[in-house]
Amino acid sequence: MVAQNVFFGIMALVMICSALKVVSTKNVVHAALWLVVLLAGVAGQFLLLGAEFVGVTQILVYIGAVVVLLLFGVMLTKASLGEEADLNMPNRALPAVIAALMFGVMTYALIDTFRDTELPRESVTTTAMVSDSIFSDYIVPFEAVSVLLLAALIGAVVVARKE
Amino acid sequence: MLLVQFLLLSSVLFCIGVYGVLARKNGVMVLMSIELILNAVNINLVAFGTMTNNIAGEVFALFVIAIAAAEVGVGLAIVLLIFRNRNSVDLSSMDSMKG
Repeated sequence: MVAQNVFFGIMALVMICSALKVVSTKNVVHAALWLVVLLAGVAGQFLLLGAEFVGVTQILVYIGAVVVLLLFGVMLTKASLGEEADLNMPNRALPAVIAALMFGVMTYALIDTFRDTELPRESVTTTAMVSDSIFSDYIVPFEAVSVLLLAALIGAVVVARKE
Repeated sequence: MLLVQFLLLSSVLFCIGVYGVLARKNGVMVLMSIELILNAVNINLVAFGTMTNNIAGEVFALFVIAIAAAEVGVGLAIVLLIFRNRNSVDLSSMDSMKG
């Protein structure tokens, strides 16, 4: 239990620092690379929670595909690869206040509700269990997601192509 | 491990993502902040699934990952279209529908 908590602490620290970097760095490419660190940390948290398939999917889909897509977006919108002066809104105090207020409310509610809830010690869900569940109980949402992915694919091509 | 440590981590990430969405001016950076928010939700789903020993949390986390991939594809297409029409992805200059 102690080792898990130590690993959780290290990963959480790295994740929070890289998340702050993502929203504060002046370089768009650096933000995408900090996002990679953050997403790898999230995958590590999934593994810590015993969700092996979600962790591996996180690495494959997010780090493998989404970040590459975002970097393509950075390149295609001709962002300068160095530092950029005007990445932020002029008034940043208000968003910071809103985020801090939300964090305060959520922290209070969460600690008030789940103060002593322990997670079960041995709760590894294997890929076989996940696939059994998807292809029996959740087959209709699964098919809906595949239709949605097809629609998003066609929609992206239609929106982005040149006339 | 306590459940609340995962929930607090995810609320920190969520709030940082909200700050990013509100404070960033570049369209691609806003999309990155949205990814932050979606990942915070995923940590919550998996943590609650582990707490209740229910596989549904993980299944829905997988669905959220699929939706996020679709969302970033369509979002980047829209950002590219904006860039082609206005030659910038500055979101604060997009106020032509402001009353």
